[in-house]
Amino acid sequence: MSAYYLLQDIDKCIGCGTCEMQCKINKGISPEPRLCKVVSIGLKWVETVPRGYYVFMNCFHCENPLCVAVCPTHAMQKREKDGIVFIEEDRCVGCKLCIHACPWGAPQWNPETGKAVKCDLCKDRIDVGLLPDCVGACPTGCLSFGNIDRMSASIRFSHKAHLAAREKTGAASCTPEKIGDRVG
Amino acid sequence: MRKDVYSICLMCSMRCPIKVTVKNDQVVRIEGNPHVPGIEGSICAKGAAAIGLLNDTERLQYPMVRSGPRGSNRWRRVSWQEALDYVSRKLERIIEKDGAQSIVFGERWNLSTHLSRTFMKAIGSPNHFTHDSLCKGSMNTACRSLFGYIDEQMFMDYANVRHMVIYGRNLFESLDIRAAKAFTGALAKGAKLTYIDPKVTVTATKAHRYWMIRPGTDLALNYALIHTILNEGLHDSVYAKRWILGLEELREFVRPYTPEWAEEVSGIPAAEIVALAREMSGDKPRVVFNFGFRATNYPDEIYFRRSIMILNALMGSIETPGGVFFKKSPVEVGGQPPRELNNQQLPDIDLPRFDRVGTPEFPLPDPRTGVAQMLPRAIMDSNPFPLKAAIFYRFDPLCSIMDSRQTRKALDKLDLIVSIDINHSDIAGFSDVVLPESIFLERTDSIFRVDGLIPQMFLRRQAVTPRYDTKSGPIILKELAQKMGVGQWFPYETMEELIEWQLAGTGFTITDFNTKGFVTYTDKPIFWDRENGLDLKTPSRRIEFISSMLENAGFESFPEYHPLPSPPDGYFRLICGRSVFHCNVATQNNRYLSHVLPENEIWVNRKAADGLGIHDGDMVTVSSSRGKGRIKAFVTDMIHPETVFMLHGFGHQNPLAVRSYKKGVSDALLQENVTDKVGGSHALNTTFVKIQPV
Repeated sequence: MSAYYLLQDIDKCIGCGTCEMQCKINKGISPEPRLCKVVSIGLKWVETVPRGYYVFMNCFHCENPLCVAVCPTHAMQKREKDGIVFIEEDRCVGCKLCIHACPWGAPQWNPETGKAVKCDLCKDRIDVGLLPDCVGACPTGCLSFGNIDRMSASIRFSHKAHLAAREKTGAASCTPEKIGDRVG
Repeated sequence: MRKDVYSICLMCSMRCPIKVTVKNDQVVRIEGNPHVPGIEGSICAKGAAAIGLLNDTERLQYPMVRSGPRGSNRWRRVSWQEALDYVSRKLERIIEKDGAQSIVFGERWNLSTHLSRTFMKAIGSPNHFTHDSLCKGSMNTACRSLFGYIDEQMFMDYANVRHMVIYGRNLFESLDIRAAKAFTGALAKGAKLTYIDPKVTVTATKAHRYWMIRPGTDLALNYALIHTILNEGLHDSVYAKRWILGLEELREFVRPYTPEWAEEVSGIPAAEIVALAREMSGDKPRVVFNFGFRATNYPDEIYFRRSIMILNALMGSIETPGGVFFKKSPVEVGGQPPRELNNQQLPDIDLPRFDRVGTPEFPLPDPRTGVAQMLPRAIMDSNPFPLKAAIFYRFDPLCSIMDSRQTRKALDKLDLIVSIDINHSDIAGFSDVVLPESIFLERTDSIFRVDGLIPQMFLRRQAVTPRYDTKSGPIILKELAQKMGVGQWFPYETMEELIEWQLAGTGFTITDFNTKGFVTYTDKPIFWDRENGLDLKTPSRRIEFISSMLENAGFESFPEYHPLPSPPDGYFRLICGRSVFHCNVATQNNRYLSHVLPENEIWVNRKAADGLGIHDGDMVTVSSSRGKGRIKAFVTDMIHPETVFMLHGFGHQNPLAVRSYKKGVSDALLQENVTDKVGGSHALNTTFVKIQPV
């Protein structure tokens, strides 16, 4: 896997699709390919409240990427220094083998170029200290990005903060009946 | 060559600050302005997709004069000179024959509205209006009745609120980035959200408590909340004593409106209403009963909006961190606001308006905005006088004013229709002359004055040269004014000169916007002293529950609750709303956005759909007394059974906008033209529709 981790705080995600859009614009591609995708789950009732979840999916940048293995022109490559899997566009001949090989649907078809296109974690941006575009554009700050070591600490920290907030407000037990009991 | 330009987005009306990266006169990316607190690089899908608009071949590209019958979309390309000559000559002839009052100018409020107002005053017509009455007119009137300020001079502290109650304000889809970011942050820190809406939204999915209220009964719910608060003494009595006028009268008035009564009316259990009142009181004053955005639902809209603000006042949450606050003007810190052209000593006009706002017949709506939906009637009846010409600036009456067939019929009686627009909108297609405006990335605009806890100014700056033969609105209006002999009121040749004229005396210059895109008058948030410092503008200088403004005009402060008629058997109440991917009627033809969301669907309650034999994904006919259309059904148990829902702004009829042509159904085609006669908003949710399988 790559040296990075892209973390989504699902409670903060509002499914607004900004990440997908900014990604397309930054890559200069047509509307069709979805290099990252917010998968909507729901709507459904959970006790008395409606819930919907929006799950951010992008390329996993696999340890042993099948897309790289099947690519006949070595257009699909894994970057040595950090494991980012990317396409060198000039070498791509549009054979679609990578699209077929990937179990996650990460490589996408670009109808304007007749080539494959995929998430490269905006390597050009991160190489100069910027965030991947999906992360920087997010209106609620639900996406964060960093080195995997740092990110796991951040996950623990945010989990702790989350539990502390529940303790304080009783937000975890806020179905209407329970609120009635607590207040009444 | 690569450069960054700080500017202001205009893919919707929020006007978020942006940073535009330009390479060889092409925009390569747009992001939120990283220097602005609360934005920090964030953008939305619409803002990012602005590049699709910039490079679109399906937008207006040059001035055009109609060469076939009206609405035939047969055009002759003309020069700017010829287009403006044509318009000015026609207008002059109309003024000579029927007087300047026969000309009307309607626009979506924008940064150059001060120029349009100047133009109309200069030619001697009282008939300038904005889209506001189609958006929130009654909220404006409600706030003036209580505080002496309009709604736009107030806002909410989303970042520090402890508990927010939202009535259908779909914060996370009808997106205001700063509010969404601040409020998701507050929720993560433990703030609570109670969300009330006949339909589930993304915002509802984040709520701790959700009430699927019977549509049109929100006022009943609020009367019961007020009843509970005053009955149990849950209000902030110190604040109330100091600032509220009419508390005892209100207490007396709400006595019969018990939670049990409200349960009958609204479907919300009495015990839950009581629980909410107690909880809000427990967290006061850092609580908000959310009063935004759209306030155009029912004929009693002004009283519902007043009831929201009354609840805020009872909680003592007005003018406090985590509550509601008044936006502060630069004057507050000894600064001078930017000048506006309509502040010049323009000639007074002593004529009634086409919408009769300001007359005893329609005394209270804000004459600065007018009441747009009165236009078709005023044209049809030639009352109070005949109307002969209309100029529409970034405003599409055919998609925005209810009952589009009636609107079209009325407009067709005019001798001249002019559109200043960027899109092949429906109204552009129905105009006689089209004056294409440069899009926001191609033009500099008037100063954006932003009052708030910290008063600021922002600047929309041209990032790239116009792709086509288009001009910015302020230049179009100035050139038209010159041709009509009133150019003296437009003292600028270029946008830069207009900006410098606006900034004169403020202590800032145009170059001050270079480094960050904005300037601030102070560093610290300004809150007035809650004990003595609330600078209320009502005659009593207090929060007028008993409103002198209403009562002097012959209206009650606390009207009895009158239930709305329920839909007859086989009918549903039509409600509408917004998606995160489109702004009203303006973005449906955007290449990227239309790909994500090409058409609207109609939400039908599952049980109701079962009874009608309608399955999810079926095409259905939706029909009202005004019109009908074919649309895809979305069958769900996430909507109140009395109601059907559709997104606003689809079903465009201009074939030159290929991607949006006839996609989905226009809500304006179905809705009846009904108005809140006190507040001025139109009442969108009063139409009943029938759904039938195709």
